Amino acid sequence: MKLRTLAIPYVGWMALFVVTPVVIILAYAVTNSGGAFSLESFAKMGDYISVFIRSFLLAVISTVICIIIGYPVAYILAKERPRLQRILLMLVMLPMWMNFLLRTYAWMSILENTGLLNRLLTAVGLPAVGIINTPGAVVIGMVYNFLPFMILPVYSVIVKIDRSLIEAAQDLGAGGLTIFRKVIFPLSLPGVLSGITMVFVPAVSTFVISQLLGGGSNMLLGDLIEMQFLGTAYNPHLGSAIAFVMMIVVMLCMWLMNKFGAGEEQAVML
Amino acid sequence: MKKRPLPTSRIFLVLIFIFLYAPIALLIAFSFNSTKSRTVWSGFTFDWYRQLFQDSAIMSSLWTTLTVSIFAALIATVAGTFAAIGLNNMRRRWQSPLLAVSNIPVINADIVTGVSLCLLFVSLGAVLKFELGFGTLLIAHITFNIPYVILSVMPKLRQLDKNLVDAAQDLGCTWFQAFYKVIIPEIMPGIINGMIIAFTMSIDDFVISYFTAGSQVQTLSMTIYSMTRRRISPKINAVSTLLFVFVLIMLLIINFREVRQEERVKKQNSHHHS
Amino acid sequence: MKKAFSFAVAAVMLAALLAGCAAGGGKTSSGEVNVYNWGEYIDESIFADFEKQTGIKVNYTTFSDNESMYAVLKTGGSSYDVIIPSDYMISRLIAENMLEKLDFSNIPNYSQIDDKYKKLDYDPTGEYSAAYMTGIVGLIYNTKMIPDDITSWSGLFDSKYAGKILMFDNSRDALAIALLRLGYAVNTTNADELNAAYDLLRQQKPLVQAYVMDQIFDKLESGEAAIAPYYAGDYVTMKESNPDLKFVAPSEGTNQFVDAMCVPKGAANKKNAELFINFMCSKDVSLKNMEYTSYTSPNKDAADEYAKTLDAETAAVMFPSDDILSRCQIYVNLPQDTLRQYDDLWVKLKS
Repeated sequence: MKLRTLAIPYVGWMALFVVTPVVIILAYAVTNSGGAFSLESFAKMGDYISVFIRSFLLAVISTVICIIIGYPVAYILAKERPRLQRILLMLVMLPMWMNFLLRTYAWMSILENTGLLNRLLTAVGLPAVGIINTPGAVVIGMVYNFLPFMILPVYSVIVKIDRSLIEAAQDLGAGGLTIFRKVIFPLSLPGVLSGITMVFVPAVSTFVISQLLGGGSNMLLGDLIEMQFLGTAYNPHLGSAIAFVMMIVVMLCMWLMNKFGAGEEQAVML
Repeated sequence: MKKRPLPTSRIFLVLIFIFLYAPIALLIAFSFNSTKSRTVWSGFTFDWYRQLFQDSAIMSSLWTTLTVSIFAALIATVAGTFAAIGLNNMRRRWQSPLLAVSNIPVINADIVTGVSLCLLFVSLGAVLKFELGFGTLLIAHITFNIPYVILSVMPKLRQLDKNLVDAAQDLGCTWFQAFYKVIIPEIMPGIINGMIIAFTMSIDDFVISYFTAGSQVQTLSMTIYSMTRRRISPKINAVSTLLFVFVLIMLLIINFREVRQEERVKKQNSHHHS
Repeated sequence: MKKAFSFAVAAVMLAALLAGCAAGGGKTSSGEVNVYNWGEYIDESIFADFEKQTGIKVNYTTFSDNESMYAVLKTGGSSYDVIIPSDYMISRLIAENMLEKLDFSNIPNYSQIDDKYKKLDYDPTGEYSAAYMTGIVGLIYNTKMIPDDITSWSGLFDSKYAGKILMFDNSRDALAIALLRLGYAVNTTNADELNAAYDLLRQQKPLVQAYVMDQIFDKLESGEAAIAPYYAGDYVTMKESNPDLKFVAPSEGTNQFVDAMCVPKGAANKKNAELFINFMCSKDVSLKNMEYTSYTSPNKDAADEYAKTLDAETAAVMFPSDDILSRCQIYVNLPQDTLRQYDDLWVKLKS
């Protein structure tokens, strides 16, 4: 028996519970409310280009910030005593077990003009910041909600990097930065790629955050799709079409990233 | 990697934890607020906790959430680990498209996954004679959890030395022994992370649950979201606080027990040496 | 440790299988009623009373808005016996043949409901629904931050209050305010009138601090914002945290909503549903629910009795005068083309 046969049950599961729903979505996307074949939903996509661009832009920014913050956190965690590591890791995840809405409302109270942060700033004599209802606040909300999903996969890879490789590099006279750039970072790349998938991909379709922290004046894709199902008109055909286009674009991004990532990995091997 | 962490990195870590826990501290504080406000402090009370235990809707939805999240996380972890090992041993030509399909529940907007799964369950239910309920809720959660487990396990498999597995099999290990004795221990951190992430995804999901839970069960997130037009009750802050404190105490107990165990092992070792 | 792990996995698999089967086999028996209501919109202690009185078990689940409820009903598969949508959604459900006619012989307490709340436009024959709660939308503003006496919707469009204004975050309610401001009917299907309303919202957008729903509570209570439209009953709870807030019913008229109890098509426990509706119409239960929600019950005796326990200002908010009510308009369902226009205008406003 080969190890690859272990994937067969999951392939069956996927066929039923992942592929079939996608076929249903596609069927919705290419029909109109009368049930006849129609591409009218796709024809409307042009109206939503600005929403697409804004969503992808905010998701990219959030992902980059998650890497910039999350990578060092994972790195520092991996250097702690093993017992402490596990506890700190759980502490990174624990806030995410409090309900998403409650967390986001709490951020709203913190970031508001009359909120905690500004009261704190003015108390110590600093100028107040007007951050609520801006894209900046949306990014903070996204980074907050997705950061743990960057830290965990990166940590799990860094913690097991073969110490002998680093020592060998040191023996060869490499400095700290060079070791990081040439040894540690390339070896941790699979973790970073997983992290990007778990941050960027859900960030594109996230909803509620932009409503609560962004002031609701600029829609994101998640809100737009949600509105087709839960808005006044109930138009699952248009919602499915938008979701389908979004899926294709995200998959394209992932494909490009993996191609780039695989190239890097191979470069390391050579 | 033996060097003690620098003080600057400690400060950085503290700042990150402040960032992670600031909103949590706020929502805990307002579980003791005497009015329903989330922004104006009007006085201290335990009232919400008292009311919480009389609120059968919240308590039963908490129970549903915990059972569905634990079951879904465990099942998805086992299934996802198997799937990841299998996929990792496939040729790239098969692996890439299968991984892309596997990521679909992560990529898709939750509402689309929810609605399409609901339609699938309804049509399956018409044939197989079942209704939406705990079972369909669980299947939905497992479905969106598995990709996260795969995403957590996959990097560890990439890191795993392929020769190790081959060597084990050359030395006469069956595939099961190779799997159980060589692969699993090596990828354990990824498996555990996958389980934690899956559990987190389950506990936080609202939209997919909303469309797949049917008319008799409700998760805590569904209860919370449904309150939004009338404002979320501080009872929810109270139940979240209790959950938080419970997990924190569990962590401390586990930590404490491990310290004792380590000490015992150290003592035994020193006895042996003397 | 490893043994324990394998055991745990096996146990979980088995439990999941059993749970799945149980969910599959459990067809509702005669002693149940599945109630689907807005969250935080009922005093849940009444369920125990109902079970004691009738022996019928209440399975209670909740939704956050009419549209979420509609999407679930439309996707199918769920078996609710009692649902509590609002006016326009009821007319939509009637139009799409998604409701059962009620057998009012099982609902004798319906006679206690004020005639004002029977046979309204959304259910002109009165065969499909029994009103549960009602209320009006008004302007809520902070008298400390806005010293002027505000009496009209113009307060929401006044550049003096730029950056302190909150607006509804859904197309129907937001456009309704603009329509009222322009003197049009809230149920208009005239595309030009809707476009004019959109233009007004477009002009208003730079003045708006945020488009919100329940965040209104936080932002008004803390003084983050100064003026917003919201529901009368919710004003009563906001005032507990911030006594500077004031409620006005705008002079142009406003929207009145009626949430009513209905039975969806094909309900498995229709008789139980009617018994539950009857129970909800009774005076005692209406009083309890009114106390819990601060919304207005259409049960005449309950309303009169409850009004006596309130101070004059709160009573005036919860039980508006006939003069105010005469200027109120209740939503009805709109044709699909108009609804599409609503959504298109809304996306346009927000991108």
